[in-house]
Amino acid sequence: MNAGIFREGALANNPAWTQLLGLCPLLAVSNSVSNALGLAAASALVLLGANGTIAALRGYIPPFARLPCFVLIIATFTTVALLTLQALAYDVYLKIALFVQIIVTNCMILGRAEAFASRQPVGAALMDAAGTAAGFALALVVLGATRELLATGGLFAQMEGLFGPAAAAWQLNLTDSGLLLAALPPGAFIVAGLLLAAMNAAGWRRRDESTHEAQNDEAT
Amino acid sequence: MADLALILVGALLVNNFVLAQFLGLCPFIGASGRYDAATAMSLATTFVLTLAAAASWVLYHGVLVPLDLTYLRIIVFIVVIAATVQLTELYIASASPLLHQVLGIYLPLITSNCAVLGVALLALQQELTFGGTLTYAIGAALGFSGVMVLFAAIRERLDHAAVPEPFRGAPITLITAGILSLAFLGFAGMAD
Repeated sequence: MNAGIFREGALANNPAWTQLLGLCPLLAVSNSVSNALGLAAASALVLLGANGTIAALRGYIPPFARLPCFVLIIATFTTVALLTLQALAYDVYLKIALFVQIIVTNCMILGRAEAFASRQPVGAALMDAAGTAAGFALALVVLGATRELLATGGLFAQMEGLFGPAAAAWQLNLTDSGLLLAALPPGAFIVAGLLLAAMNAAGWRRRDESTHEAQNDEAT
Repeated sequence: MADLALILVGALLVNNFVLAQFLGLCPFIGASGRYDAATAMSLATTFVLTLAAAASWVLYHGVLVPLDLTYLRIIVFIVVIAATVQLTELYIASASPLLHQVLGIYLPLITSNCAVLGVALLALQQELTFGGTLTYAIGAALGFSGVMVLFAAIRERLDHAAVPEPFRGAPITLITAGILSLAFLGFAGMAD
């Protein structure tokens, strides 16, 4: 059953591509694989910590005050994630600090807390957090790799910031010419749009009825 | 004065919060489907964003710095934003029930708008004065609102366009935002 919860969060109900949640960090930080992995790790820490804590405290949090409680718990784990990143990977921290702090307003995390963790036991909530985190990481890394490849013609630059000096050798260079646009802000929007269109064309993307997109389709 | 003008132009156009810094994308994509909804959302956000940035500055420099608790800034700022949203809602409900009817459903959403938290954090990072922070917040809010209304107008036209099936919905919305962002790259270099 737990494997089912994981798969649901990571693929079928992927926060990034079915629900379009967490778009700000997804687009901002996906200019390279190393930045994308750094943010994915920080988001995973916050998701696991917040979902676990909220599930453990679900009997004690009064229903009328639940949203402020959830937000405070998420803010606490965001602070922990920020300080951890600062201590362990300072180079990456310098590049993505703002977006790690912004995790606190990521509707994906509050959404999982409200929809899942506040009514399930700790084990299931942790599984759900792991699935959602894996789905978000997958989206971040796919977009990050595509943009890095298009922009620089290579992959895995500056991985030493995350994995130590040995990772410097992981850098791949396929061509020397790159399309600078992919690394700039417009490139983030355009590459993400093209990837979503490709997923639609391949029939991989289930449209979630509750998303913004569905509401907008109604309006048309 | 010239400094403040540069801060304003910088936040409004050059480093536009939505199109260059990717802050506030959820409402930008989510609430821009209809023109009137986008206008209401922009108004509510402008108000809360400016107020929350000012309150955050005062609390940070007045309380957190003297007590050496700056690492608690995320928790404090999110509480400030939530409180500002609540107070704004209560005030509007009593002062203008009509306005409350228009903005009511958008106000709670602002708490999870990362542009609001982003302005407070970025103002700190740039070590702006109180006046600078206020100017920066107004520039950011106007930049958010302008782009939001612009984008909503484009999307109303887009609804009637013959978009190829796989691109319908989110993909064409993102690509349109990308082209708009490309246009805003033209402002690069006007201010930091």
